[in-house]
Amino acid sequence: MKANVFIELKEGVADPEGEATKKALRLLGFKNVKNVSTIKVFRIDIDARNKDEAEEELKAMCEKLLANPVIQKYKIEWLSD
Amino acid sequence: MDVDEIKVAVLRIEGTNCEDETVLAFKNLGVFCEAVHLKQFYSDMIRDDEQRNITDYHCLVFPGGFSAGDYVRAGAIFSARTKSVLQKDIENFIKTGYPVLGICNGFQVLVELGALPGFDEDKPIAEKPEMALGVNESNRFECRPSFLKHENRGKCVFTRKLKKDVVMFPVAHAEGRVIFPMGKEDEFVEKLKENDQIVFRYVNDKGDYAGYPWNPNGSYYNIAGICNVKGNVFGLMPHPERVFWSYQHPDERSDEYGDGKAVFESVIEYLKRF
Repeated sequence: MKANVFIELKEGVADPEGEATKKALRLLGFKNVKNVSTIKVFRIDIDARNKDEAEEELKAMCEKLLANPVIQKYKIEWLSD
Repeated sequence: MDVDEIKVAVLRIEGTNCEDETVLAFKNLGVFCEAVHLKQFYSDMIRDDEQRNITDYHCLVFPGGFSAGDYVRAGAIFSARTKSVLQKDIENFIKTGYPVLGICNGFQVLVELGALPGFDEDKPIAEKPEMALGVNESNRFECRPSFLKHENRGKCVFTRKLKKDVVMFPVAHAEGRVIFPMGKEDEFVEKLKENDQIVFRYVNDKGDYAGYPWNPNGSYYNIAGICNVKGNVFGLMPHPERVFWSYQHPDERSDEYGDGKAVFESVIEYLKRF
């Protein structure tokens, strides 16, 4: 089973990388850009008996390593069964 | 404990690059100190004479540099690997009162580990990180001298011998911005103040709190370094080992040693009385 695990900054947490990218895009002439947020994706291929079990495990991974709960939140999206 | 009995381990994994200066700083003050790869504590692929145990040491240091490419977040992989093999050992180490220092990447490791801010004396390593060291507000790697005001009233065992009010330790990091849980920032600062856990805050050349570039990363409350509630775990972004000697300071000084020496001296003094 494959899932995309998205790690993004919580609302209100400054995103200097996104800000710098926005600035550069606007300099390049993309004046319609209103906001840029950076999001990290981990594509994880996992063996499990079923999706629920796998999802529980992915959540634990996010809490143990992939996300720092003080500044980040996560979202799991399944790619295949 | 006599000085020649004190043993210090500077932990490293792939990417660590400040272990040599840190080892030399300790050695110069007469204690035994060596750089130890994390694997030496647990892997069965290590030669017998290179295997180590946490209990061989009286002080642990997570040095500066990078670790495992700083993938995921700076320090996160080093922390995960430490947690997986040494959590119990380090918890006991801290509870016993032995000191742990984290410089720069090492501070990031201690934060990711949940050892800092370390509010709970009985549970020195929290379940989850309670603060973060985020990307610098400038979105740049900030590498230059920084001025730090020493604000600790005596709890931190790494700064008790520091006589100066303001010191210069250089910074070199991209992720050093102290972030507390949103909406709880002031509550955290109050708690840190009350417990005497704030150690260093960024100031300008006149010794006043100031924003960028004096505060190189946008840290909340200008925080540069904090210790746990017991005072024996200390993390800071600036590098004291890079100003151990006075010739490492950009300005001319008459004394032999630089501002950073006090950090190493203080912890040795603490261990001597241990």
